[in-house]
Amino acid sequence: MRPFSYTRAETLGDAMAALAANPTARLLAGGTNLIDLMKYDVERPAAIVDINRLPLKEIEELPDGSIRIGALVSNATVAHHPAVTERYPLLCSAILAGASPQLRNAATTGGNLLQRTRCYYFYDPSTPCNKREPGSGCGAIGGVNRIHAILGASEHCIATHPSDMCVALAALAAIVEVEGPDGRRDIPFSDFHRLPDDHPERDNTMRHGEIITAVRLEGNHFAGHHSYLKLRDRLSYAFALVSVAAALDVKNGMIVDMRIALGGVAHKPWRDSLAEAEFAGQPATEETFAALADRLLAGAEGQGDNDFKIPMARKAIVRALKQAAAGTPQVQSDKQIR
Amino acid sequence: MLNEKNVFGSPLPRIDGPLKVTGTAPYAAEYHDPGMLFGHAFYATVASGRIASIDTSKAEAYPGVVKVYTHKNRPALASSDDAWKDEVALPGHPFRPLENDRILYDGQPIALVIAETFEAARDAADLIRVDYAADAPHTDIEVEQAKSYVPPEPRKEDFLPTDPRGDAEAAYDAAPFKIDAEYVQEGEHHNPMELFGTSVIRSEDGTLTVYDKTQGSQNSHDLVCGVFGLKPEQVRVVNAYVGGAFGSGLRPKHQLIFAVMASLDLKRSVRVEMSRREMFYLTWRPATVQRMQVAADADGRLMSVRHHAVQATSLYEDYQENVVNWSGLTYKCDNVRLSYELAKTTMSTPGDMRAPGAATGFLALESAIDELAYEVGMDPLELRGKNFVTYDQNDDLQLTSKALDLCYREGAERFGWDKRSHEPGSMRDGQDLVGWGVATGVWEATLSPAEAKVRLFPDGKITVSAAASDIGTGTYTILAQIAAQNLGQTIDRVSVLIGDSSLPKTAVEGGSWTAASSGSAVQAGCLEIKKTLLSLAQKMDNSPLKGAAVEDLAIRDNRLVLDRNDQLGLAIADILGSNEMSSVEGHGKVEPDQEQAKKYISYTHSAVFVEVRIDAELGVPRVTRVVSAIAAGKIINPKTARSQILGGVVMGLGMALHEEGMIDHRTGRIMNHNLAEYHVPAHADIHDIDVIFVEEEDDKASPIGVKGLGEIGIVGVGAAVANAIFHATGTRHRHFPITIDKIMEGLPGQ
Ligand SMILES: Cc1cc2nc3c(=O)[nH]c(=O)nc-3n(C[C@H](O)[C@H](O)[C@H](O)COP(=O)(O)OP(=O)(O)OC[C@H]3O[C@@H](n4cnc5c(N)ncnc54)[C@H](O)[C@@H]3O)c2cc1C
Ligand code: SF4
Repeated sequence: MRPFSYTRAETLGDAMAALAANPTARLLAGGTNLIDLMKYDVERPAAIVDINRLPLKEIEELPDGSIRIGALVSNATVAHHPAVTERYPLLCSAILAGASPQLRNAATTGGNLLQRTRCYYFYDPSTPCNKREPGSGCGAIGGVNRIHAILGASEHCIATHPSDMCVALAALAAIVEVEGPDGRRDIPFSDFHRLPDDHPERDNTMRHGEIITAVRLEGNHFAGHHSYLKLRDRLSYAFALVSVAAALDVKNGMIVDMRIALGGVAHKPWRDSLAEAEFAGQPATEETFAALADRLLAGAEGQGDNDFKIPMARKAIVRALKQAAAGTPQVQSDKQIR
Repeated sequence: MLNEKNVFGSPLPRIDGPLKVTGTAPYAAEYHDPGMLFGHAFYATVASGRIASIDTSKAEAYPGVVKVYTHKNRPALASSDDAWKDEVALPGHPFRPLENDRILYDGQPIALVIAETFEAARDAADLIRVDYAADAPHTDIEVEQAKSYVPPEPRKEDFLPTDPRGDAEAAYDAAPFKIDAEYVQEGEHHNPMELFGTSVIRSEDGTLTVYDKTQGSQNSHDLVCGVFGLKPEQVRVVNAYVGGAFGSGLRPKHQLIFAVMASLDLKRSVRVEMSRREMFYLTWRPATVQRMQVAADADGRLMSVRHHAVQATSLYEDYQENVVNWSGLTYKCDNVRLSYELAKTTMSTPGDMRAPGAATGFLALESAIDELAYEVGMDPLELRGKNFVTYDQNDDLQLTSKALDLCYREGAERFGWDKRSHEPGSMRDGQDLVGWGVATGVWEATLSPAEAKVRLFPDGKITVSAAASDIGTGTYTILAQIAAQNLGQTIDRVSVLIGDSSLPKTAVEGGSWTAASSGSAVQAGCLEIKKTLLSLAQKMDNSPLKGAAVEDLAIRDNRLVLDRNDQLGLAIADILGSNEMSSVEGHGKVEPDQEQAKKYISYTHSAVFVEVRIDAELGVPRVTRVVSAIAAGKIINPKTARSQILGGVVMGLGMALHEEGMIDHRTGRIMNHNLAEYHVPAHADIHDIDVIFVEEEDDKASPIGVKGLGEIGIVGVGAAVANAIFHATGTRHRHFPITIDKIMEGLPGQ
């Protein structure tokens, strides 16, 4: 850990000014990821800007039927909020599949989006890692890569984004609201995180100096048919090997509309809206789901230790869609697979 | 015997519980001294080679840093290996921190930063730069086993594979049913809650009080005296409370050497505590490859058992376990050949981890026995029963007791084993493949030399003292129970003083021998008290106890009385008063009975039954039920006893399904060195665990009839889980841990 300065921002303007003043400054929200990484000497900010006093702690129901979740609302608060439970149960389920109650109480909406990969090499500064130190190489390729990507990886990085919440947000096509020196902008969720290509050090498309202020969710027809299915190395308190957020709008056994996003398989929550569109209008049957799984995984490639993720993802996709179609979503409380 | 207070055998809550749950029981790294310095180790990031150069200048210049030690500037330490050998040292050269420029394993401490604050020490350590001349690592047991060897010096005579008997090869060839299988187990890394830490408090006269995380205060004490050339009275080691150890604390760790070294050198109090990451480079249950060749006749009788194990050890020591001998004594078999070898790896020396040897050996033996039962077409429990043996065939010794048959019977009944259908995959329940598995467990019940002092006061208060350690097992509580029971008091009258090297001599806390050994020493101390009281009483005028023998006595309501007629007796206060004594002390001492050992040997036994439910498509495993039936002699405290078994079972589930050090064999480095990625069972993984203690009378295992419970709970659990997974899915898993991907790939229809 390196010494750093600490300031507490009272306003968004304060926070932006503090960020602008120091290129290595980092915002402190729940701290559950940032502080860990600082202790491991992975993150080395010279300045910490505590944003916990900023007024970003509301969940607002907007007149057009959408919901705006402030960046500092805790993961636990989102998961148990009545309006969210009612309209976006998929999101609640995904959050509750992640971490532990203590962590969910501390973790924030903005922080969850920006949590970094759990790649073993990224976490260990004595190993090469292009994400941590561009140009140093990728330790995970040819190394221990049980938890790594099967989709969208590059020769420079095969890391995954570890969040559960983000998989549901990707499926629900959330909008990320950010504010920075150049003003406000909305980033569609599918454009928020990025694939590693030759810049794995960049997890997302935010610019330095920008702050996430909220995540917005529009109205949807998926509350009746959804499921978040997470497969992992133990029944709780482990990151996903593979997870699936599935949402269906079914009428008379036919898919009217659908969303599907995968976690644990790529550098970002993996969603393919073209494939979704193709499968609209088809019967909501196991055959359809299997064909969709094949389609989603067509380009999947294993790295050795994680080869199993390809068949695992295929099965998980089919099961999650079956659960969604049947209206019997995966329950997160007893961890029993439905 | 005194039994009316009913202290013995009661499920009393642990007496140190309130201190622990209120955070007031101090652990080694929680002792403070104004002006204390703090140390943080810097560790190697290659697995093998030499330090070409090490630059500590930036660290030294860091604000608050007092000194940075490396192999170049460390104070002189003892030069002979002997001085470095602790009570449970191994054949080889004990690890000496900062000895020279050699790197023997990933994570080896190669520098120590001492600073005014913990933070300064930690932060400065990040500024140390090292150039290595690295050698090729050797960490993959499946590769290194090609160069295995028979350890030239055995760790203990008992660990040597017993001589072959009969003709295992011919019997195998002739048998109609046989199994020849290899079992691989990845390394497991000790991660008790409490990190290793040492606080050295230096007093003005230069003597040291050393608060150390250890399973043996006297072991740490003697090592420190040897390495630093100190007189015994210059050092006192305290380990009053230990936050879990499971064997990791049997041998003193380098933070003890570091803290004492810096304290002596800088003439200050010093604390050195490890980080969670450093725990992964300490003691580990070694990766092991085992080959089992077992054969049976059509009735399921064992015709032949061959068991060969190769375990990883370090470059510098030959750690050894008793892995294979269990295969010669668990079942009746006349043709047995056992062999055991080591393979050098560039890892730190492995160490004992709950039921070392047995947890590993039974993983293979009990998997193979299950496989054999399916070859023969016989219920696996029935096959085990068929081969029941009532003596120790390895050593041709009688057993002090063996109620394993009761474990099988009562365990099966509680579990409902008779409702099991034999065919794999035949117990499907909706989406779940249900599997039931069973395994036997055995662990040695030993007595180690122990002493204890007991003091009784006129008002009935008792103090018990011994250098024993309570590593979370409940030693405080049972020693209090034993004293209370023997001196006719309630448990709240007893204060127990343990975990201090200045107290009566006790071996390191391990091998499940503490309850039997220290417990028996306490009982012996109590007996001495009664003898003293009796002789004092008999000297008094008109003593109603004239002519009484000590066996006839009891203590009730603070009176020494005749057991059969407690009207006759004397108040303890009066006995002591008339002799002008303020208290009476008894010094108890036990040692293993060498004569008895020529005829008898003692083991604890278990039968463990496991139900798994596996999602038929996804392979997600859930261990929904475990019944662990234990035969371990007398149970002093069913509550702390049950906790030991529960803990053992949970650890066994981790061994079966989760725990695994993931090594990048290209670099020889452990990559999942944190508790987010090194998985142990979470609460959600644990369901019903039912513990049964079967009746077992044993008057030889120890003077108090106790056999010890710390390890037996884990033995057999891994195999029982694997057997249950086979029963559910039809696939044998021989590579542990059996993670979800392996189960998924072995599902029917894959
Ligand atoms: C042991 C463990 C297990 C876990 N298991 C899971 C799991 O199973 N599933 C899962 O999904 N997650 C899991 N997590 C991760 C957890 O969800 C994240 O750590 C958490 O969501 C991060 O939120 P935070 O508010 O604490 O972020 P912080 O640590 O405070 O911040 C993370 C990053 O986001 C930046 N940041 C924070 N807020 C903003 C903002 N408003 N604008 C711009 N930048 C911002 C910070 O500067 C920092 O770089 C686990 C974590 C741990 C420690
Ligand atoms: S996978 Fe990415 S994060 Fe991991 S070592 Fe390679 S570059 Fe670094």
